[in-house]
Amino acid sequence: MAVAEETQEKAEIVQQADGPPAQKPWIPTVIAQDLHIVYRVYGGAKGKGSATAALNRIVRRKPGGGVREVHAVKGVSFTAYRGQAIGLIGSNGSGKSTLLRAIAGLLPAESGHVYTNGQPSLLGVNAAMMNDLTGERNVVLGGLAMGLSREEVAERYQSIVDFSGINEKGDFITLPMRTYSSGMAARLRFSIAAAKNHDVLMIDEALATGDKKFQRRSEKRVRQLREEAGTVFLVSHNNKSIRDTCERTLWLEKGELVHDGPTEEVLKEYEKFTGK
Amino acid sequence: MTETTQGGAVGVKPPPSPDDSLSPADLAAKYGLTVSGARPSLPQYVKQLWGRRHFILAFSRAKLTAQYSQAKLGQLWQVVTPLLNAAVYYFIFGVIMEGRKGIPGGQGNYIPFLVTGVFVFTFTQTSVLNGVRAISGNLGLVRALHFPRASLPISISLQQLQQLLFSMIVLVAILIGFGNYPSLSWLLILPALACQFLFNTGLALIMARLGSKTPDLAQLMPFITRTWLYASGVMFFLPYQLSKIRAEPWLGDLLQANPAAVYMDLIRFAVIDSYPASSLPPHVWALALGWGLLMGIGGFVFFWKSEERYGRG
Repeated sequence: MAVAEETQEKAEIVQQADGPPAQKPWIPTVIAQDLHIVYRVYGGAKGKGSATAALNRIVRRKPGGGVREVHAVKGVSFTAYRGQAIGLIGSNGSGKSTLLRAIAGLLPAESGHVYTNGQPSLLGVNAAMMNDLTGERNVVLGGLAMGLSREEVAERYQSIVDFSGINEKGDFITLPMRTYSSGMAARLRFSIAAAKNHDVLMIDEALATGDKKFQRRSEKRVRQLREEAGTVFLVSHNNKSIRDTCERTLWLEKGELVHDGPTEEVLKEYEKFTGK
Repeated sequence: MTETTQGGAVGVKPPPSPDDSLSPADLAAKYGLTVSGARPSLPQYVKQLWGRRHFILAFSRAKLTAQYSQAKLGQLWQVVTPLLNAAVYYFIFGVIMEGRKGIPGGQGNYIPFLVTGVFVFTFTQTSVLNGVRAISGNLGLVRALHFPRASLPISISLQQLQQLLFSMIVLVAILIGFGNYPSLSWLLILPALACQFLFNTGLALIMARLGSKTPDLAQLMPFITRTWLYASGVMFFLPYQLSKIRAEPWLGDLLQANPAAVYMDLIRFAVIDSYPASSLPPHVWALALGWGLLMGIGGFVFFWKSEERYGRG
């Protein structure tokens, strides 16, 4: 207990020196230990795709008949602490989104462990909604699925719609989502997911969505969420938004953790690597 | 201290502390962290599921309306589809193959007999067929949001129940048209449907787990449910047809004890006036409840056992 108090004092000193954000003692919120994630993909097998070839594979009991394994995350370990905002960078297909899904408990680990404080929430632009349903229905369903009560959904409905800006150009919220442009759909999804406060929040490229006005609005909301949430993870290809939001950055390449450190340091190396 | 101030407002690594010597698992235990996405205990799972009851209900309604939202006739298809099915079966089995013979209460009962059978069987059939895709067809949702996965198969069977209630409107019209007026015995529909709903939900849960592992089932299941359809006496009276081919009596008992046949017979008995109790298999209510409980509870536990693994792949 004495140790905890001591660290708290230290943290308070930091806060006084540097101002906000408010710092609490070093309490881990996410611990990843030698995490491996493997995807099994059907229909991705090499070789001929004909029926006879498939039969041949089954008869010969060749391993992985029709299944291919993709080792997306290879032995990643780190500890995240309360109050941190952590950026995740790396080229396309380096396993960033997969790592976030695993932290959220949405993808089972092949080996290794992820320990988290409470239920982490993944806030992605790719969160599937039902395209045949109206935006209105999607807002309600999304809210209920996240675990909001009916009253809470009704209460927040208007602010979700206003935040998304869907109705700025007319009454689009009552149209099926399949009629939305991709930007509109992504904005609505982000707005739904951001309507709830989270212990551990992970944001997958959400800030790149939508027009400038919406980007500013969503960045503001992310800062707000960060103050309420314990820990924020942010995946982005926009180095500027990582710099603005995160003080710590993890760099993933080919599923491996290349670098974990202060944002400036990691970004410098990363920019060298990408040849910027 | 130097490290904490280096990286901006907040540090990246904590200052040295006794925690450093702890293994990740011990560190997690010390601060009360839990394994992400671990399977909850069965009572906890039931509690979580109860917490999402509004989601389950809203999801089933949304799916129901989404089903025909691209069609011009829209929701009218909910009633037209089973009617067209019944019309096809009437033409083939009633007219061409003379399935009308041997129907309890005479040939005049054939259309109510057939339509009731088709509607009730469709309830189970679509629960199975859609259950297979409950997880694999909603992977986006499963991978994006956290909720007890059993919500999906349960809301699918709930969706089919609502669909059946729509069909019931047509059924009532047909029944009245053939001189079967609402009576007290119609109330028997309620317990029969409740048992069938329990049975269907359990089956949808089982199919959802199997279908999430083996997507091939979606291709295979239509054939299995069609075989089941013919073996359950949807468009003919089973005991009569079996006696015609002089089948062993145990075969008839077995086919009549199969859950689809049990639920169909019960509802026919409830709504068709001249359908005698003697044409029901023995211990019919015990069978109806037994099948419902067995599948409902068994399917739920079977689905829960794999809860943390849905969404892989």
